[in-house]
Amino acid sequence: MFGKLTMSAMPMNQPIVMGAVLFMAIGVVVVLGTITYFRFWRQLWSDWLTSVDHKRIGVMYIILAVVMLLRGFSDAIMMRSQQALASDGGAGYLPPEHFDQVFTAHGVIMIFFMAMPFIVGLMNIVVPLQIGARDVAFPYLNSFSLWMTISGAILVNLSLAVGNFARTGWLAYPPLSELHFSPDVGVDYYIWSLQVAGIGTLLGGVNMITTILKMRAPGMTMMRMPVFTWTALCTNMLIVAAFPVLTVTLGLLALDRYLGMHFFTNAAGGNPMMYVNLIWIWGHPEVYILVLPCFGVFSEVIATFSGKPLFGYTSMVYATICITVLSFTVWLHHFFTMGSGADVNAFFGITTMVIAIPTGVKIFNWLFTMYHGRVRFDTPVLWTIGFMVTFTIGGMSGVLMAVPPADFVLHNSVFLIAHFHNVIIGGVVFGCMAGYNYWFPKALGFKLDERWGKISFWCWLVGFYVAFMPLYALGLMGMTRRLDHMDNPVWHIYLMVAAAGAVVILCGILAQLVQLYVSIVNHAALKDVTGDPWNGRTLEWATASPPSFYNFAETPVVLSRDSFWDMKRRGVAFHPPVHYHRIHMPRNTGTGFILGVLGGVIGFGMIWHIWWLVLFCLLAGLAVVVAHSFDEDRAYYVPSGEVAEIEGRHFQQLMPQAGD
Amino acid sequence: MTVDIRLAADTALLADAEEGHEEHHDTASIVTLGFWIYLMSDCVLFAALFATFTVLRGDTAGGPTGREIFGLPNVAIETACLLVSSFTYGMAMIAAERNRKSEVLRWLGLTLLLGLGFLSLEIREFADLVHQGFGPERSGFLSGFFTLVGTHGFHVFSGIIWMLVLMAHVAYRGLTPENRTRLMCLSLFWHFLDIIWIGVFTIVYLLGAA
Repeated sequence: MFGKLTMSAMPMNQPIVMGAVLFMAIGVVVVLGTITYFRFWRQLWSDWLTSVDHKRIGVMYIILAVVMLLRGFSDAIMMRSQQALASDGGAGYLPPEHFDQVFTAHGVIMIFFMAMPFIVGLMNIVVPLQIGARDVAFPYLNSFSLWMTISGAILVNLSLAVGNFARTGWLAYPPLSELHFSPDVGVDYYIWSLQVAGIGTLLGGVNMITTILKMRAPGMTMMRMPVFTWTALCTNMLIVAAFPVLTVTLGLLALDRYLGMHFFTNAAGGNPMMYVNLIWIWGHPEVYILVLPCFGVFSEVIATFSGKPLFGYTSMVYATICITVLSFTVWLHHFFTMGSGADVNAFFGITTMVIAIPTGVKIFNWLFTMYHGRVRFDTPVLWTIGFMVTFTIGGMSGVLMAVPPADFVLHNSVFLIAHFHNVIIGGVVFGCMAGYNYWFPKALGFKLDERWGKISFWCWLVGFYVAFMPLYALGLMGMTRRLDHMDNPVWHIYLMVAAAGAVVILCGILAQLVQLYVSIVNHAALKDVTGDPWNGRTLEWATASPPSFYNFAETPVVLSRDSFWDMKRRGVAFHPPVHYHRIHMPRNTGTGFILGVLGGVIGFGMIWHIWWLVLFCLLAGLAVVVAHSFDEDRAYYVPSGEVAEIEGRHFQQLMPQAGD
Repeated sequence: MTVDIRLAADTALLADAEEGHEEHHDTASIVTLGFWIYLMSDCVLFAALFATFTVLRGDTAGGPTGREIFGLPNVAIETACLLVSSFTYGMAMIAAERNRKSEVLRWLGLTLLLGLGFLSLEIREFADLVHQGFGPERSGFLSGFFTLVGTHGFHVFSGIIWMLVLMAHVAYRGLTPENRTRLMCLSLFWHFLDIIWIGVFTIVYLLGAA
């Protein structure tokens, strides 16, 4: 009846795991209790769960990302403390099979369920506003993408309480991830959580490209698009081109495990290196999927807070496109040690070094934007400058490893760990935080507290260096990655320092939570009445904060780059339109939510071999889709009177400011 | 010169805006473009499967090679079914263009039958192979074969389900603009599967049987 699922799947005998499960359960109960106490259920359903509004969907993505950041970071601090305790003769507190799950979950969660939702959330909130659109091209699909991603995240976290997670590392290389060596459900949790979330990401990519290509305001030519929109376009093209490869790779691994096929097995003609090639053909573009939008964030922030147009807009766009194309030509540098021979390794070594050039162009563009500007050092700018320094160091250690002979020495060492955290924290996390501080007032209508924002930044920056610089040294001393236990007193002190760095980062994360709390409490004082709290340059600042659900009462006309700046200069910003028109908007629908839930249950059924459940949910999903297709009453008109009323309130608020 | 053109275009835009034109996005073209982008991602999916098949083609692990198991006459009939079904779908589109609802339904029905014919031939081929002990678990080569060809077959199956639903839509609501867009999307999908099949036919069967 329940496939492989029995009561023994609950790890009752492992106090650490059960503690975490208990903590999670308390969290869920508190959230559900609060919703019930405040009688928020109806509103939650009608305003959020069924919402097709790109801004709300974006906010939900970011909430998911923040929650997953906490989960992924608790894995990180467990690893750092285990290695610190178990490097000087001690045994530490995590048995190897638990430690292996922790580092796997850390990687999977941080990349797929923290960084990706954060990036997708920012793009969702900002891109339609920046191009002057009312919503994305396919609002229902957008809601479906969100709920598939959330279902995937729930599956990963469920593995803590029911069964276990993969012990294979975040990319689940075979043959270790094959049934023969990983017979339990860990790898299945890995496969199905990523497949479910991956479908959401892929369709989100299709949606965003169509939006950018088709829904731009009149006058916004490609070369007038804000740089963040450009990077979003390139990132989503990468998603559409790369994620199908991930789907195939994990699908083939699933066929090996479920139907006894031989794609990646040791026996019967399987080829494990095929998996490694395929997964990195997705995996390398993936790192650019994450970092390109962050480059976009930095470009917006640095231009806004320097009070100048971005230096070298055209070169920025072409650099972004170059990176997009080149990102598909470097995957083999992840396994120079495979033994493809000197020629192949040299080719991929050179392409890897070449991709540093457009990135360098960007760094110089940002520096020249600041040059002769009047830079205001608000929190987003601190993250940007922190990024420029940190990312450059991380980039250089990457170019170092692009030399194949050097890579033979450094492969799988913690030098590599230091390198990619150097670029992912320095690039992606700092970029997300800059974007979070920068667009928070736009999304929610009030600014974030500056003091706590700055405290958080300095803790993160200092904590990062303290935590990861020792790892560079340890890597050169020969320490390999993923060690649960080691007897080398020389390494001990470095690992102690790294653990201390993780604690400093923890302070940074706590400061961010405090910042959010303080800002909510003081939201009246931090309120953004103008819609333009930073003296911005692009269209998202031309409407109220938070924007009304239709974004713009009247579609803006774009006459130049930095079009809102241009409107302010021409004196046409902040003026109500002469006439209001009725506005065509999509209706909310529960379809995306229901399909997301069904997707998650299908994943669960596959993991535990509950075939009837899988079949039932597939048929139910099909029925929901068909029923939805027969519902043609999916949009409505907002009457012009209602628009006038909403806009009237905004302009009333604005007037005292405008009179100053 | 180009600057002047830009300027003129912008002036025209401003004039339009002042007259208060309601903005119209062409839904049909947005949906079609979005669907086309999705198809490109499907294309990448097949590319990865083709690559995998090609890498594993020699890894027969003592099992049969393509030459020993492929029956080209069967594949020729499958190919004919699929190619003719693309033609009949094209006829359905022409009928839609001429606003002939019942004709559209007839051509779609014929397409559906041809798709079913293709699928039943493929299932029979698979069943035969499994029966002889040459199932996908026999070797890397057969895993690659069953997965690549089976994924295409699954797409055809999805197309058939979609076609049934779409026929209900057309029968129920007629050739509305929305249904025309759907017809267009399924048309893209169906022809796309044809193109993929040409690849399967050539790379898997013709090169395999050579």
